[in-house]
Amino acid sequence: MTTTTSRAPQPAAARRRRSFNPRRAGAWALLVLAIAVSVLPFLWVLRTALSTNGALASQSASLLPADFTFGAFMRVFGLQSPADAVAEGGSGAAIDFWLYLRNSIIFSSITTAGAVFFSAMAAYAFARLRWKGRNAVFSLFLGTMLVPPIFTALPNFLLIKNLDLLNTMLGMVLPYVFMTPFAIFFLRQFFLNMSREVEEAAMLDGAKHLRIFFQIVLPNAAAPLATLALLTFIGQWNEYFWPLLVGSQDDVRVLQVGLGVFKSQSPQGAPDWSGLMAATLVSALPVLVLFAAFGKRIVNSIGFSGIK
Amino acid sequence: MTTLTKNPPAAADKQPPHSRRRRPAMAGLGDLRIALLFILPAMIGFVFFYVVPTIRGVYLSFTEYNILGDPEWVGLDNYTAIAKDPLFWNSLAVTGQYVLINIALQTALALGLALLMHQVAKSTLIRGALLLPYLMSNVIAALLWFWMLDYQIGVVNQFIEWAGMSRVAFFGSEEWAIPTQALINTWRHMGYTALLIFAGLQAIPQHLYEVANLDGATPFQTFRKITLPLLRPVMVLVLVVTVIGSFQVFDTVAVTTQGGPVNATRVIQYYIYQRAFTESDFGYGSAIAVILFLILALVAFIQMKFLKGNESDLD
Repeated sequence: MTTTTSRAPQPAAARRRRSFNPRRAGAWALLVLAIAVSVLPFLWVLRTALSTNGALASQSASLLPADFTFGAFMRVFGLQSPADAVAEGGSGAAIDFWLYLRNSIIFSSITTAGAVFFSAMAAYAFARLRWKGRNAVFSLFLGTMLVPPIFTALPNFLLIKNLDLLNTMLGMVLPYVFMTPFAIFFLRQFFLNMSREVEEAAMLDGAKHLRIFFQIVLPNAAAPLATLALLTFIGQWNEYFWPLLVGSQDDVRVLQVGLGVFKSQSPQGAPDWSGLMAATLVSALPVLVLFAAFGKRIVNSIGFSGIK
Repeated sequence: MTTLTKNPPAAADKQPPHSRRRRPAMAGLGDLRIALLFILPAMIGFVFFYVVPTIRGVYLSFTEYNILGDPEWVGLDNYTAIAKDPLFWNSLAVTGQYVLINIALQTALALGLALLMHQVAKSTLIRGALLLPYLMSNVIAALLWFWMLDYQIGVVNQFIEWAGMSRVAFFGSEEWAIPTQALINTWRHMGYTALLIFAGLQAIPQHLYEVANLDGATPFQTFRKITLPLLRPVMVLVLVVTVIGSFQVFDTVAVTTQGGPVNATRVIQYYIYQRAFTESDFGYGSAIAVILFLILALVAFIQMKFLKGNESDLD
């Protein structure tokens, strides 16, 4: 571990021809090591997914795929005949990640759209409207961030069960779709810092709150709304506990839960490693694509808002 | 996924002063009616999926309830049973051990990484690479390491053997199972935590370092006298959030060891899950959940109080 170098106000020329500095080189080496530890496992997953199970055991440390094949991916999507699947070390049981992929997309999209939109409405009421009890209600909303999810998961499960919504998409999205405390907090913070001039001018022109919200506030908040939607979508995509409780049947099962089920099938005594890693990659792919496209936005959103 | 804020709720409620200006048409009533409309959907979610279940969870903890029929009030029976339940105390010990290893390693590594980034490289690409594991789900992180740490053909054990040591049963041995779980989650959260601390480092005024340098302070002195004290509020927040998250470990255990071998990884949340959903004992499960809730509240309170997280040394 190193300590911070203090930065002296050096003359510009001296700074430009930065000579070799062993401390700096050491710092870079450690940083590169950390990056390698973070990223290389994913390449190993890819390598495994392109291998044949039988060959994995004998070539357990070769860098290239062992006996290259797309069989694992075909198996995961149910495109391989049971006989071929068994020959390559799969279970031969029907697995269909297309279905889980579809369910994950529906689950994450509906909850994200609902939570972001309804939270934006609530955040507007908390930031811009004046009403009695506003701050008290807002504090209550914030307080829910402190309740651990497992605590509400049990009663929520009972509620969904009593409503006869177990194993339905509606039952899966209901607890998330109306709001998340974080989304309300995040957007309220942004609305408070937004200039009110345009809104006040519109109000003098007789515009009502609904119009101001849709035509002025939402368009002006497009950037934070997009960031929030990204973060919410990734969070929902990775959700495991609630979908495990409520969506255990194939037609609503999401990828994360499907992965767990796939792992617990242990065909022929040993796990179907290449199939499992192919399934893992399929589950990671949408987030990887989002990250490739919006990486900067995501990275810059991690931090502390409201620091002086 | 969360972003942190330093403002406690009360401070965040302060409005910019000009919001007090009265709009003539709306004087008496305020905007109550339109506000109700705006807040209605969120309020539905808040009441039915946060408030009511919180109350119901506490109520259920005083009942015996196996899903069929109605909950039956049993007073403190669940709690007295828990006090005598060796599996509960085991889950507490296991979780404590997990949190300790996870938080100690993760915080040290993240602080180191944040300092490195602050010193030599602030590029988005590097931060992005370090954040990658955090964007993957717990399930993916668990399966990835379940494969890499496999006893027979996992690549890590291959390296261990090459190094002349004997293979380690990372998931299969009682002594390694919990450290392994802690290491997986450390791997997943390390970069994210580093980014949070990094953001805190960015907020320390640069001129302080310049003054320290003029005064001839050594790098170590600068770190101890400037960086650490000014970073303290951020570190406290990071600790509160990560410790609370760490106590709720479930996903990685559920996909890999499922509480075993024997009871080595039966963490609290996994035990709650088993009691409530595998054994249909919702009253008992709720009572443990109440205890977990209380533990988390206490831990957060102690951290805020003793580390004075809500006071900044910058003022």
